[in-house]
This record gives sequence, structure tokens and C-alpha cells, in this order.
Amino acid sequence: MIGAVGIGLAGGVVAGLLGVGGGVVFVPGLVLMLGLGQHQAEATSLLAIVPVAIVGSYRQDRYGNVRRADALLVGLLSLAGAAAGVVLANALSGALLRDAFAALIVVVAVQLARRALRATPVVAAGGHPPAGTGGEKA
Amino acid sequence: MVAGPPAPASGLSHPQAGAGASPKRVLELAAIGTLAGVFSGLFGVGGGSVVVPLLVLWLGYGERAATATSLAAIVFIAGFAAAVQGAYGNVRVLDAALIGVPAVAGVLAGTWLQQRLHSRAIALLFAAVLVASAVELVIR
Repeated sequence: MIGAVGIGLAGGVVAGLLGVGGGVVFVPGLVLMLGLGQHQAEATSLLAIVPVAIVGSYRQDRYGNVRRADALLVGLLSLAGAAAGVVLANALSGALLRDAFAALIVVVAVQLARRALRATPVVAAGGHPPAGTGGEKA
Repeated sequence: MVAGPPAPASGLSHPQAGAGASPKRVLELAAIGTLAGVFSGLFGVGGGSVVVPLLVLWLGYGERAATATSLAAIVFIAGFAAAVQGAYGNVRVLDAALIGVPAVAGVLAGTWLQQRLHSRAIALLFAAVLVASAVELVIR
């Protein structure tokens, strides 16, 4: 239980601070710290992302940054793809899915490092909203 | 990358980005949604790393609007993907709550910190942690 709370806090801080999604923390955290299988970890991560995205987009919307019609269209038009992705994930073995996920977070790490090393001081993925809003990607 | 010929500067017929939904625009949004959905469902992440760059590249979004709009779309993407995973019996609801609720507080703390410290070193450190996690995952 404390482990889960720690994973949530860590993922949230990283998302807010660096603009990477919480999922890249939640999934490995659930597998490596709580011993979940890859499928369960991914599924649980998806549900954990929802409150973060709700609060984040609510705040961003108050700053007028959300283009609502487009967000709604992308969201609704993603449903078939999301279902396909989940079906595909469940068709793969846990070991294969875990290795693919490992490759994914290496790519994220490389992007993050390149961005950090690029001249300008920081600028996390999301671009920074005005004072204290969430630049996070869930 | 699929599709994505740079929007023909047809400022006349399509007054402005964000305005009316031309068929091409709807197709682009559908492509973004579909790609993000597959990515999210497959890897258990939100899909922002697909949505944000494509909104910028294809629809000419600025980074801030792209991130914000992506977050709102992710509510649907991750929510629906979680529901489908639920049908497979894979979702640990209690763990998700124990993670998701503190994560909201974490994001608030993270954005607060971001205004106050140089996150370059932290970004590099976190990148190293990710690589270490990847290694750990593979050898596990």
C-alpha cells in the first residue's frame, strides 16, 4: 500500500516537473516494486492516469489552453484504437510486452536526455503553461 | 508517420485552426486518436507522447495548447482503455486509486517545483532511472 502511494507520488512529481507521462513511472513501479504482471501493471496504470488527466486538463482548461472540440474528437475517435491496443497487449505474452515496454522507456529516456542537454535551460515536453499550471502529460 | 501533408496554406477556405471541422481536419484528428489509442492500450500509458507532437506537426498547435488538449483527450483514451482492460480482469482498482490520487498531489508539487529549480539535472537523473528500470524489466 505504501509502495503504491510512493509510486503515485513519484509519477506525479515527475509528470509535473519533467512533462513526461505518469505511465512510464506507474508501469515499471507496479512491476518492479509491487510484483504485478506486465498486463496487470499496464491496466492499473491506465486507470491511475485518469484522475491525473482529469485534474490536469481541468486546470489547463481554466487557463484557456484546451481546445475542447479537438480534444473531444481525438478522445472519441481514439476509442477503437484504444480497444485494439488493449486486445493486442493481451494477445502478447507478458515477457514480450515487458520487453517492448522496456524499449519504450529507453526511447523516452533518450528524448528526455537530449532535451535536457539541448542548449536552452530545460523546457520539459509539455511547454510551460503560466505560473504553476500542469505541463504534464499523463 | 502517416498522412500529414503540411496543411495547404488555404487560409481562405479554412479560416483558422480551431474553427470549423473540415473533413481533412477530422481525418487528422481521427488518425491522431487512433494512433494514440493503440499506443496507450498497448503500453498502459496515456498517449501524450503521440498526441502532442502530432497536434504540433499536423495541426500547427503550439506546445502549450497541444499539451493541454492532449491531457483532455487522455481522459477518454486512458479511461476507455482501462475499461477494456477491466473486461480482461487485469485492473487492480485499489492499487490504481492508491496511485492515481497521490499522483494528483504529486503533479501539483511537481509543477510548483518546476518553477523553482533547474530541472536539467533532474531530467538526466530520471532518464538514467528509466534506463535502469528498462534493464531491470528485461532481465527480470
